[in-house]
Amino acid sequence: MHLSEDFRLKVGLAEMLKGGVIMDVTNVEQAKIAETAGATAVMALERVPSDIRKDGGVARMASIRIIREIMDTVSIPVMAKARIGHFTEARILETLGVDYVDESEVLTPADEVHHIDKKTFKVPFVCGARNLGEALRRIAEGAAMIRTKGEAGSGDIVEAVRHIRTIVKEMKHLTVLGKEEQVHEAKNLGAPLELVEWVAANGKLPVPNFSAGGIATPADAALVMQLGAEAVFVGSGIFKSEDPDSRARAIVKAATYYNDPVKLLEASEELGEAMRGLDVSKLPESELLQTRGW
Amino acid sequence: MKTVGILALQGDFDAHRKAVERAGGRPIEVRTAQDLDACDGLIVPGGESTTMLKLLDIEKLIEPLRQFTARKPVFGTCAGAILLAHSVTRPSQPSLDLIDIDVERNAYGRQIDSCVARVDAGGKDMEAIFIRAPKILRVGSGGKILATYNGDPVWVEQGRHMVTTFHPELTPDPRVHQRFLERVATSSGRV
Repeated sequence: MHLSEDFRLKVGLAEMLKGGVIMDVTNVEQAKIAETAGATAVMALERVPSDIRKDGGVARMASIRIIREIMDTVSIPVMAKARIGHFTEARILETLGVDYVDESEVLTPADEVHHIDKKTFKVPFVCGARNLGEALRRIAEGAAMIRTKGEAGSGDIVEAVRHIRTIVKEMKHLTVLGKEEQVHEAKNLGAPLELVEWVAANGKLPVPNFSAGGIATPADAALVMQLGAEAVFVGSGIFKSEDPDSRARAIVKAATYYNDPVKLLEASEELGEAMRGLDVSKLPESELLQTRGW
Repeated sequence: MKTVGILALQGDFDAHRKAVERAGGRPIEVRTAQDLDACDGLIVPGGESTTMLKLLDIEKLIEPLRQFTARKPVFGTCAGAILLAHSVTRPSQPSLDLIDIDVERNAYGRQIDSCVARVDAGGKDMEAIFIRAPKILRVGSGGKILATYNGDPVWVEQGRHMVTTFHPELTPDPRVHQRFLERVATSSGRV
């Protein structure tokens, strides 16, 4: 697979974020807390996913004023979300100068068939995925980072676990297939053969694979990383908890020492209450965010 | 074969692992002071310098790192170079002062200004990836400039240590890691 200069730069920044925590923030104060706690990047939003869920209505790209204030405040990379298929929101965010655009199912989709043609942008994109086919379609469109979707704003890790396990299992499966079987599998996955062949040869995605959607504790972060995620996004889990500052620091520590039980114990001690959370299995299908994206 | 530790608190340590293998060294990930015992040299990778600094401090790794680098070579790329510098601006932040350079963070702009460029490595051409790169504003006496980009030093060596503001771990060219491995091989380990 030929990687263009442009694509190597986009993937390059994702490489720098590995082993770290990307935190959702809605104002300058939260951005400062996140940076001080050791976040590798912040996602600038108007409302965290659990509030978007509660408030209802149409969720759009955040206010430019908020994003700009956050960009002016922190020295770490700043990401922002555009609606699925809303290439104009993405172009505005690119022009503003954000470091990464998240084409996100957390916002209300602008297009129910197409995603953004991300190759036409200089700014890199991250996209959500629930399975390998979805991940490879997004990479084919130009995404330079994949994150499992989980169920945003739920504080329930079960969907993030399901999605990372699914992707890892589907990748393992590809590595044992013959060439003719790969063609058939590309058809089943709805993904380009070129990318299916790459995964079959390498056993991993051609871009970094992070996890999101439901991470609320240090143990949650370490769990998805042990399952194969290379970094984590934490949305409502930090600023909807009782003590965001100490929880942010604890999750940063857990992402680094995800394989070290003693350090994970240290990270899990003396934390306030986690976010309340929603049991995803009790949510009606119509309230799920993860089913957005095609 | 020499063992090269890669500080794996956060960042592109996995890319460095592959680069060390390509250059003929044995890489191990370093997350604790004990991990350093097995290493002949250390790489501080690219990533976010603020995050790494925070974790070094909380996990009490700064003193062990100082003791290690007093005897053995260290190589910092991008964020790693920021951590090893004498002083850091924009914004100013603490650093380990292991190599006498002053750096300015994100000096070339945001991600949209990141670039793949050709640099001049002692008269030889080299591909270099710059990602939200810092700029070396001053190189102290005894510092040797091994590569420049538009006149700015981008690869500097001083004593047993070296830094790059670009990411040699992200290109197939093994020259930078090979040079570090040579330094590791010739370093006696004595103060």
